[in-house]
Amino acid sequence: MIKPTLHSGEFTYPEGTYFQAGYLTQKNAGWRTARPVLDTNACVGCLQCYLHCPDGTILETDDKKVTFDLDFCKGCGICAKVCPKNAIAMTPERGLSQ
Amino acid sequence: MSTQFISGNDAFAAGILLAKPAVISAYPITPQTVVVERLSEYVADGLLPDAQFIHVESEHSALSCAMGASAAGVRTFTATSSQGLLYMAECLPYAAGGRFPIVMMNANRALALPWNIYGDQSDSLSQLSCGWIQAYAENAQESLDLALMAFRIAEDTRVSVPFMVNLDGFHLTHTYEPVEVPEQALADKFLPEFVTDNKLDFAKPVNMAFSAGPGHNKRFRIGHHNAMLRAFDVIAETERDFAEIFGRSYSGALDAYRTDDADYVLVTLGSVSGLARTVADELRDEGVRAGVLRVRYVRPFPGKEIAAILAGKRVAVLEKDLAAGRGGALFTEVASVSPNASLSVIGGLGGEDISAGAIRGIFETLRREPETEVLYL
Amino acid sequence: MNTRELSKNEYFFGHKACAGCGGSLAVRIALKVLGDRAVAVLPAGCMSAVGFNFPQLAFANNAIISTFAGTASMMTGILAGLNARGEKDFTVVSFAGDGGTADIGIQALSGAIDRNDDILYICYDNEAYMNTGIQKSSLTPYGARTTTTPPGTVSRGNEFRKKDMLEIVRAQGIPYAATASIGYLQDYMNKVEKASKIHGTKYIHVLAPCPTGWGYATDDTVDIAKAAVDCGVWPLREFENGVYSETPARGGDKAEYLRRQTRFSHLTDEEVGAITGGSL
Repeated sequence: MIKPTLHSGEFTYPEGTYFQAGYLTQKNAGWRTARPVLDTNACVGCLQCYLHCPDGTILETDDKKVTFDLDFCKGCGICAKVCPKNAIAMTPERGLSQ
Repeated sequence: MSTQFISGNDAFAAGILLAKPAVISAYPITPQTVVVERLSEYVADGLLPDAQFIHVESEHSALSCAMGASAAGVRTFTATSSQGLLYMAECLPYAAGGRFPIVMMNANRALALPWNIYGDQSDSLSQLSCGWIQAYAENAQESLDLALMAFRIAEDTRVSVPFMVNLDGFHLTHTYEPVEVPEQALADKFLPEFVTDNKLDFAKPVNMAFSAGPGHNKRFRIGHHNAMLRAFDVIAETERDFAEIFGRSYSGALDAYRTDDADYVLVTLGSVSGLARTVADELRDEGVRAGVLRVRYVRPFPGKEIAAILAGKRVAVLEKDLAAGRGGALFTEVASVSPNASLSVIGGLGGEDISAGAIRGIFETLRREPETEVLYL
Repeated sequence: MNTRELSKNEYFFGHKACAGCGGSLAVRIALKVLGDRAVAVLPAGCMSAVGFNFPQLAFANNAIISTFAGTASMMTGILAGLNARGEKDFTVVSFAGDGGTADIGIQALSGAIDRNDDILYICYDNEAYMNTGIQKSSLTPYGARTTTTPPGTVSRGNEFRKKDMLEIVRAQGIPYAATASIGYLQDYMNKVEKASKIHGTKYIHVLAPCPTGWGYATDDTVDIAKAAVDCGVWPLREFENGVYSETPARGGDKAEYLRRQTRFSHLTDEEVGAITGGSL
């Protein structure tokens, strides 16, 4: 699968403003105030959430459900809203950590 | 090889023909037009079978298009002048920072206002800090030769910086001279294929022309500066090979004439230099030890060499521009490395001829009125 | 191409767009349709600002930032360069904002259409200069509050009408032009796919709501984009080889669409009525 990937450690500066495509050094998880939580029983695997995610952080699982890449999910809640089965609940991050 | 009686613009176009760019994008402006007309004819006549001539809608687009082509990894040429150079000004540091080795001919012309289509150097000298190599041709032959050398120097991976070749508007672009036009085989021998990693590549995709914030930013800027300084060696190497292949020699960033034992040196830029040398010869015959130092490359700026050549002389700097509130841009550059540059001469503004008598007058002012700081011809 | 047929690859990922950004969805989906052989050109604007922060580079495919005014001309250069290299089967695609397209970039866009260069120009329209802090562009709708059209004692917000870009490119005889909305992604995907197979200049203008600039909750982006189409504020239009078609409004209330966004909150009911009634 082609996708920008996280790298850690040192890199060599290029001579000019050109560099390996899709080279990431930071996650976006810290932006989130709420995270999507899936009710797997309600999910029918229609992939509307995956399609509409502006960040591409929703992946289809082997059992035709979905999972969330919480390293890059910003918690916008679009997935929960477009879900025709209301299978996604946005849960405050604070609540999760307590 | 054939000797042709052609203009500076024609000669430059002949050089571009020999360099075989893949993409030419240009917008017309006097006095650059002849170059793009010739290149259009070459393309129309099948002489540049692999080149695409793109009729863009502005100079900004001309250079923007050239950057796109260069980002695709192919040899690219454009040409402009004056208002056009300034219209594309945003793209100048962009192409330089992007390290796109585009070659551009600039027909030196006055800047509006007042409107004026004739030759002076206000346009390119206003863009000294834009990150491009800047060379100034003296005659039609050198114009052709610089067209070829510019690609080799710019595309050398030790440099990878765009190259602006300046021709004095009308005085050089439209003046006919005998020019030796080399054979294609020799040009091919001299100019290798353009190879770069700085390109869009489906096998190895890249993100290009990106942002670099505080901390990262300086790496690119300092790297660019160092590449410009490395250009001195590449220029020297290129000229050595050029002399070997074509039999014509050039002298790097500077062209010093009878300066070794001179008491008085006139620093010049561009097409007026030949006349300055003639006047220096006349003065020598009269017992005045005069010399001429033509600056061929203003960027990178050969400061140390200028300082060494001008040591112990009395120096005037002649240029066709005037930066309001400061004076001559070239004088400012030269004076920054040599305290001997005492007389700034502003001439040729808006295309005014500079006569032999006027140049003689500069030397006389240097000799008799050492207190004079500025002379307007 | 439906959701399941769409490439699983993510070409625009790890970017720093605001949560709920409509523009980033437009970029992500188009690149999934176009695949590995897309070369993306992005002028100054939100999507370049959030995607190219060295060493955080969010495009998996070849991508480059153009000058603000030079999107289409850089696309032309890339096209010419790749052709010169002998490359085949690629798409040079842009993602330029509304200001980058309808204001500063329109000269270069017009030039590319004039030459019928084989490029796919996508304008993601969030209806103001969002990257610089929500200033009015020529695609900002009438009445909207922006930071440069603030409602005041003698002003009611933006007093200029939204420029009709589709009519402008259509007047130049472009082979393909369409509007789209991220509220109707299937339609957008179809149009991107269709455009990629047409030779010449293609223009797709996709409405991409911005929670930050329009003033609504981040989860509402897709719904608002749908509502804009449904109520007839943003019809889905297509112009292909001289034939024009338009998806009729699906019903929905224009006033309600405006009232969902704080950028219109200063308008009185009478003013909203005048706007939606089309008498202004």
